[in-house]
Amino acid sequence: MSEYTTLNYADVHVGDKLPELAIDITTGLIVGGAMATRDYEPVHHDKSAAQATGLPDVFMNILTSQGLMSRFVTDWSGPEAVIRKLDLKLGAPNLPGMVMTISGEVTDKDDSSGQVSIAVVGENNIWGMHMQGTVTIALPQEA
Amino acid sequence: MTPEEQKAFEDRIYAYVGVKVCERTAAKDAVNPAMIRHWAEAMGDTNPAYTDETWAANSRRGKTIAPPAMMYAWNQEGFTVTRGRASDPQTDMVELFNEYGFTGVLGTNVTQEYFKEVSPGDTLYLEMEIDSISERKATARGIGYFFETLATFSDQNGEKVGTQRFRVLKFIPQEQPTAATGDDKLEVPTRIPSPRGHDNGWWWQAVDEGKLLIQRCKRCQVLRHPPRPMCGECQSLEWDSIESGMEGEVISYTCLRHPAIPGYPKDPVCAVIKLAEGTNLVANIVGCDYDDVFIGMKLKGRIEQVDEKTTLPQFYPA
Repeated sequence: MSEYTTLNYADVHVGDKLPELAIDITTGLIVGGAMATRDYEPVHHDKSAAQATGLPDVFMNILTSQGLMSRFVTDWSGPEAVIRKLDLKLGAPNLPGMVMTISGEVTDKDDSSGQVSIAVVGENNIWGMHMQGTVTIALPQEA
Repeated sequence: MTPEEQKAFEDRIYAYVGVKVCERTAAKDAVNPAMIRHWAEAMGDTNPAYTDETWAANSRRGKTIAPPAMMYAWNQEGFTVTRGRASDPQTDMVELFNEYGFTGVLGTNVTQEYFKEVSPGDTLYLEMEIDSISERKATARGIGYFFETLATFSDQNGEKVGTQRFRVLKFIPQEQPTAATGDDKLEVPTRIPSPRGHDNGWWWQAVDEGKLLIQRCKRCQVLRHPPRPMCGECQSLEWDSIESGMEGEVISYTCLRHPAIPGYPKDPVCAVIKLAEGTNLVANIVGCDYDDVFIGMKLKGRIEQVDEKTTLPQFYPA
């Protein structure tokens, strides 16, 4: 278990900031993410279908946004954290060529359940807020 | 729509509240390592709880788990949706919205709650219903209704694994989207271009060339900034300029948190800076946190290219 450490509930404080994660949005990520979540809606892999809706290219599906949000949090918390809730508001689409930067901050701790709430924002460099919300995780209470 | 027509429409739409979109149905595949690995690769997620069986065997859980964010993926229909979706109460409801002109669609919120982790070998069951439809709302996108679906996931033993609420706005688009065709590259936004007029263009030109100039009255030698045609002291129209050493101190400062402006860094620190030569300049302070800035702080400036099209004086803690 050595190379993977998990934060203890006591190690985390309201106001702690998570390390930012910048993700290059590529066609590969959009199509690969859609396939990996079994989302075959044409707008996520077929450029002409996406263009018919008024966007210039294929765009990221929601299940990939959820996946990136959960990864962002567990990259920081470590693997023993248990994800309890992903609550997200959807904003501007992610298209190939954009860079989405995810940032987060601990906003709440619940001592009785060992749960920690993290406000997370994913902003792309062209159209701004792609996703914004709260991830709730449970952390181990002792080492 | 007349009030009577609206009432008739709403009677039909609200009849969908509480209707089951699908009965409890098993996913086509049990939770399995291959689909988990595929997901973890695409997300760039190296969490060993998902993919490292050796690590997981020694962890608190004792085995690998499926990423909770994959919950909805297991029950997706799959490739056949490329040929269109089969009709169900939700597609029927959407069709009814479309018929009345509410053709716009926008997913606004999605909330997943997880009650139990699942591992390879478990099978997820999905049931879904239309949970609520809002009253008619005027939104920035147009007039419409929010509907919310509630998907409930359980395992092969009937234990509840999680829920997903998905909120969608169906609206009358203010303008029909026109199909995009161009293959133009997305343009990365840059900062608002400096307004360069007859009286100040020379100053920006010097910035482009890497120099911070200060206008000086030729007659009385008083310095002035921002650039303007007449000396405020002696009313002379004759002027030249000196180059600033870009040393200064903070007179006042703020942080522009909202709204975020495309092309600008997040939460930029903007300051009024008193230059050693005596004039004031508005510029950004970079290279330190907003919390570390104080009035009287000494600064040293540099002319820097801040994006593809923009060159600006930037000030750092001295």
